[in-house]
Amino acid sequence: MSHWSARITRRKLLQTTAVGVAAATGVVNAPSVLRAQGSAVKLGVLHPVSGALSYSGQQGRLGATIAIDEINAAGGIKALGGARIEAMLGDAQSTPEGGNAEVEKMNAAAVAAIVGGYSSSICLTASQTAARYDLPYLVDVGVADNIVTRGLKNTFRFGPGFGVIAKTALDNLVTINDQAGKPAKTVMIVHEDSLFGSGLAKLLNAQLPERGFQVLETIPHPTPTRDFNNVALKIKTQNPDLVIPADYYNEYVLLARTMQQQRVRPKGIYSVLGGAASSYKFVKEFPEAAQYIMDCNHWFDPRNPKALALKKKVEDRGEFYTYEVFMNYSCILLVADALERAGSAQRAKMIAALESSTFAGHVMPYGPTKFVDGQNQGAAPVNTQVLGNDIQLIFPQTFATAKPVFPVPPA
Amino acid sequence: MLSLTILVPAILNGLLTGAVYGLVALGLTLIYGVLHIINFAHGALLTAAMFAAFFAHRLLGLDPYLAAVVLTPMFFVLGYCLQRFVIGPAAHGEDRNVLLVTLGLAVVIENMLLYAFGADTRTINLDYAFRIVDLGIAFLALPRVVGFGVVLAVTLLLWLVLSLTDTGKAIRAVAKEKLGAQLSGIDVAHIYAVTFALGTACLAVAACLLVPTYYVNPHIGNAFVLVAFTIVVLGGMGSVTGALVAGLFVGVVESLCGFYLGESLGQIGIFVMFILVLLFRPSGLFGERA
Repeated sequence: MSHWSARITRRKLLQTTAVGVAAATGVVNAPSVLRAQGSAVKLGVLHPVSGALSYSGQQGRLGATIAIDEINAAGGIKALGGARIEAMLGDAQSTPEGGNAEVEKMNAAAVAAIVGGYSSSICLTASQTAARYDLPYLVDVGVADNIVTRGLKNTFRFGPGFGVIAKTALDNLVTINDQAGKPAKTVMIVHEDSLFGSGLAKLLNAQLPERGFQVLETIPHPTPTRDFNNVALKIKTQNPDLVIPADYYNEYVLLARTMQQQRVRPKGIYSVLGGAASSYKFVKEFPEAAQYIMDCNHWFDPRNPKALALKKKVEDRGEFYTYEVFMNYSCILLVADALERAGSAQRAKMIAALESSTFAGHVMPYGPTKFVDGQNQGAAPVNTQVLGNDIQLIFPQTFATAKPVFPVPPA
Repeated sequence: MLSLTILVPAILNGLLTGAVYGLVALGLTLIYGVLHIINFAHGALLTAAMFAAFFAHRLLGLDPYLAAVVLTPMFFVLGYCLQRFVIGPAAHGEDRNVLLVTLGLAVVIENMLLYAFGADTRTINLDYAFRIVDLGIAFLALPRVVGFGVVLAVTLLLWLVLSLTDTGKAIRAVAKEKLGAQLSGIDVAHIYAVTFALGTACLAVAACLLVPTYYVNPHIGNAFVLVAFTIVVLGGMGSVTGALVAGLFVGVVESLCGFYLGESLGQIGIFVMFILVLLFRPSGLFGERA
């Protein structure tokens, strides 16, 4: 009996020792890990990387992940003991429902904040869902004005809203036209028939006549549209001085190419948030169709060395430097700055830190951030034009890299 | 707005689009005319063919027009096997079973494509895709002009096969009187499968004509099949000439409606016409009265 019990004791002893050693190492190890790099901070990175908006979504994700990699390589969030940022990538599948589902997952995974959304409809619903959990949500692109006018404490937008963009676009158009001796008097608007295009067309129809332009016709079309021959023919018949397209990328490219194909040459093509007119992809793939197109859109500050370094980095990867990239890159830096100042990944502290943010380390021509009711006050679009095989910033003068070419010289 | 410089190009564009619609409808009407079933898998098979043409270009660098030479026989065999080994046996001789089987096939094919390739819309860039043919009064896109020619050739070929060859005669015999054909020694199951195969092969050709100017995603076929149903009804169920003529007509209607009512409402004319035909001439333009 004693022999038997002694054996058990020996075993028990061995087991206890093993557990003890394991526990001891664990206890000893855990703080050393913390000291080495801090525990990771999770950030939700939400984009529509599949479906109709997949290209824009993937570009947005690219910008966000580059910024996160850079922050981690530079030692993480210093206020949190060098905590690494861990991206939780979400795919909104180009639908508001898809975005919602991802926000729920990200909330369950206890992210400190969510960045992204891309389209207005995804941003609207995703930020609302995040608001239920007091989860900070930073909109990367979504321009619909009501994203920040719903009184949601958690929602911030780094870029400009639609109202500001439309006003700037019209002011700049008048200035460019005046400087050229007012060659443009008549306008035709071609727009996609969802929220973005229809809203813009309505606004242009109200504002353009007040500024001395005559709107000859407004042509809506669905997304996707497979054939723009009819639209090009209509433009040809009406022969407007200016064509203003408001389309997403695929349709924009198709329209520009069809106009070129049908030899439709207005004095200028001027877009507002044109899906393609300020895209290096379009310029590279179809330089002839893209030539002289003007756009009023999100653009990086061409005098900022950080913006140019990012451009090189993206292009070295074989990708295009689109606005989704530098907007998301800037947004992640902005959130990282808020984490530094909050000294915590706690949601309430993060929201307070974003509210009081005066961050100037981004790559956009906005100046330091200042949020009023969630909207960054300095955010504004600029005017770009495709000249040669490059995109130049033509307006405002303070950032300009070239003078506008308008009206388009005859072929 | 009614000037000829606009009207003529709009009509010509409509004719070019309509030709491809006609080819899709041709497959559908052939299968209907002989098997007396509505093939609900037609759209899904078109989608599959478009994916095949897309990946033939993406992975093998095969030009879509060359791919047609390879894909058409492949889809012929696929169609034959589907009818012979899946639809035929599963139908147990009942027409309503055939409906369900083809519907099931459509669901399976579409979701397999969705699972494999995702919902992304894909396009291919070919340097000739935006070349134009200058007719003086109108500029026409080269790939659509090519498409038009190919559709005419395929329709003519199909018509010749149906009227001159033994198989063609057997197909027509089965279409007219199945029992009689069986009694005179025609293998009906084989003829059914050949007809289904011909219909599927038409889709492979249509897919290769569409891919240079169109995009591909797992639901793309449906956009064409709805129009194709209208064409089949308008042209007369089972009529080859009817499918082509009605296809061209529908293309023009769509183009003119798009022009005058706006692109968002372009297809409204097609469906208004569909309802009118059903009301006033249910047998279609070239159809035999039931």
